[in-house]
Amino acid sequence: MAKLNEPMSKPILVFGYGNESRGDDALGPLLIEYLEQHCDLDQVDLLTDFQLQVEHALDLENRKLVIFADASMACQSAFAFDRLIPAKDESYTTHAMSPASVLSVFQAIQSQALPECYLLSLKGEQFDLGAELSSSARQNLNEASQFLLSLLQNPDPSFWQQQLQARSEHTSSALQTDPSLEHA
Amino acid sequence: MYEHLETAKNPDNLKRVIVDPVSRVEGHGKVSLLLDADNKIQQARLHIVEFRGFERFIQGRPYWELPVMVQRLCGICPVSHHLAAAKAIDQLVGVDPENLPMAAQKLRYLLHFGQVLQSHALHFFHLSSPDLLFGFESDINKRHIVAVLNEFPEIGVQGVKIRKFGQEVIRMVSGKRVHGTGAIAGGMNKSLSKAERDYLLADVDQIIEWSNASVALIKKVHCSNLPYYDQFGTIRSNFMGLIKPNGGLELYHGGLRVKNPKGEIILDQLDYCEYNDYIHEEVRSWSYMKFPYLLSLGKENGWYRVGPLARVNNCDSIDSPLAEAARVEFMAHGGEALVHSMLAYHWARLIEMLHCAEKIKELLNDSAITDTKPEDLVAKGEKRFEGIGVIEAPRGTLLHHYQVDENDIVTKANLIVSTTNNNMGMNESVRQVAAEYLSGRELTEPLLNNLEVAIRAYDPCLSCATHAVGKMPLELELIDAEGVVIDKLLKHSDGEIERAHV
Repeated sequence: MAKLNEPMSKPILVFGYGNESRGDDALGPLLIEYLEQHCDLDQVDLLTDFQLQVEHALDLENRKLVIFADASMACQSAFAFDRLIPAKDESYTTHAMSPASVLSVFQAIQSQALPECYLLSLKGEQFDLGAELSSSARQNLNEASQFLLSLLQNPDPSFWQQQLQARSEHTSSALQTDPSLEHA
Repeated sequence: MYEHLETAKNPDNLKRVIVDPVSRVEGHGKVSLLLDADNKIQQARLHIVEFRGFERFIQGRPYWELPVMVQRLCGICPVSHHLAAAKAIDQLVGVDPENLPMAAQKLRYLLHFGQVLQSHALHFFHLSSPDLLFGFESDINKRHIVAVLNEFPEIGVQGVKIRKFGQEVIRMVSGKRVHGTGAIAGGMNKSLSKAERDYLLADVDQIIEWSNASVALIKKVHCSNLPYYDQFGTIRSNFMGLIKPNGGLELYHGGLRVKNPKGEIILDQLDYCEYNDYIHEEVRSWSYMKFPYLLSLGKENGWYRVGPLARVNNCDSIDSPLAEAARVEFMAHGGEALVHSMLAYHWARLIEMLHCAEKIKELLNDSAITDTKPEDLVAKGEKRFEGIGVIEAPRGTLLHHYQVDENDIVTKANLIVSTTNNNMGMNESVRQVAAEYLSGRELTEPLLNNLEVAIRAYDPCLSCATHAVGKMPLELELIDAEGVVIDKLLKHSDGEIERAHV
C-alpha cells in the first residue's frame, strides 16, 4: 500500500503508545509530544496509537532503528531501555499485542531484515480512566525524554548499544526476559 | 435454553472452576463453573469484574469535547464511540439526522465502513482464525496470529493488509490515525481531497477481492464442519439492530428492528430516541455488566442479541452485490427463517466486512465526498438539552445519551455498549457449551478453550481498557465440595502451561 502524506519512511521510528485519558498510560503519547517539539525530525518518524496491533508491523518497513515507548508498572527505575527480539505473542490476553509479537508478525510477512528494535519503558503507577498523569510519572517522563533525545541525536547503532549496556548495568529491569510483560 | 444453569440450587456443595481471564477478548472477564461430584455442570456464568465508570468520565465536560474524548473509552473501537457521540451532539445543536449535510453524512458513512472493516478483519484474522483454522482444542502454542501467518501465510497477510486499509480510510477521513476530529456537532470538519480519494481507490479492488475470498473461506470452514458448527454454543434468541427504511442492512442510521427466534418481526422502525420506552436494563449481583431486555417481552423472554449475526438475520437485503449474494447463501444454509448458530457470527461478520469494502468503493467514487467547502459540511439549528445517538458498531448496537445544562456541560450520560446488549446471549452460549461439551468430563485447558471460543464469537469488548496488558496469566482451579483444591492448571504469561500437583 502506498503511504499518502507519509513520505518515504525515515530511517528511525519512535512509536509511543497508550491512552491519554488513563493516567500514566499517557506516557508513550506524551513522549511523542515532547519529541515533536524538541527533536530534529529530519531522520525520525513519530507515531502514536492506543495500543499495538498487527498492522503496525507494516510501520517497521524500511527502518534502521525503531523504539517502542510505553508505560510500565514493572520498571524498577524511572525508565528502562531494552533490546527487543521477536517473540510469538503467546500471552494474547487482549486484542492488544506486545512489541515483541509485532516484530514476529513483521518477520512472518516481510522478506526484508528486521530493523534494530528497542523498548523504552517508562514507569507508571495509575491507569484509571479519567486519571491525571501522576507527579512521579511526570518526573519519569522528563528523565526518559532526555535519554531518548540523546539517542536520537546520535543515531548510530553502536552508540545505542553502548547505551543499552550502560543502562543494563545501571538498572535491573524485570523486562529483560520478556519485554512484553507488565506493560500498560 | 440453559437459564437453569445460571444459578445452582446448592452451590456450597459444588466444585468450582474459574477461567480467568478469558483470552483474546478486550478487557477482563472470567467464567465460573460449578460442578457436582460427577463433574456435571450445575452453574456457569460469564462475569465482568471491572467497573468501567464511562458515565463519570463524561459528565462535567462540555459537549463539544465528546467526539474526541469518547474515543479514549476504547482502544478497540474509538471511531464507533466517536460517531455515536457525534450523532448525539448533532441533536444538542438542533440538527436531526435528516438535516445533516449530504456530504457530511456520506463522509461519516465512509469513516464508519472503514472502522467496521478493520475491526472485523482484526477479529477474524487475528483473534478467531487460530481457533477456526487449527481447531478449538488445538495445541495452545498454535492459537495465535503468528502461527496463522506461518501456516497460512497468504490468509495472514491479507488480514494484516485489510486491517491496515481500514485504518487508512479512518486516517484519510478523520485526518489522524487516532484522536481524529472527523465528525463534529452538525457535520464533519473536512472532506477528502482528490489525492486522498485516489490513494484509497488504488487499493480498494484488492480489498474487495480479499474480503470476498474470506467469505468463501469461512463458508468452507463452517459448512465442512456441519452439523457441529450449527450446534456449538447455539441458542435461540431475539435479534435487534438498526435497519434501513426498506429493510436493508444498516450500520450508521435507521430505525430499530427486533425479530423473534422464529424470524417474525416483532418491533420495526422504532425511533431509537425513545429507547427508554422499549429497553430496560436489569442488574444481577454477580456481574458489573447489566442485562438489557425488551420491556414488552419482560426480563425472562425479552433479552436479545446484537452484532453481525443479528444484523444479517434482521435485514431483508444488503445493498452491495457481492455481500447480498453472500447473505442469500448464508441464510439458505440452515434451512430456517433465521440462522441461530453462534459460530455463524464469524460468517456474518465477514459478509459485513465484504459489504463495507464494497460500500467504501462506492463512496470513494461519489463526488460528494471530495473537495466540499467546510461551510457546506456543517448544519446548524436551535440548541437542545438532550441528545441520543445510536449506531451499529462492529460488535452491535451502541447507544450514547447525553443531557446538558445551560452552559453546555454534560450533566447526565448513559451509554449502552454493544457487549452489554449481548450479555445474556454470551452467558447462554457459555452455559450451552458447558452443558453440552464439558459436563461430565475431566476439565483440561483445551477443553476449557471451548468456553472462550463461545465468548469470542461475539467479539466482546469487556472493558474498553488499554492498560495492564500482559499481566494476566490464566489460572484454572478445581475445588472439591470441602473447598480443597484438587486440580490446578496454570498458563503463564509466556504461554507455558503448568499442571500444579496438589
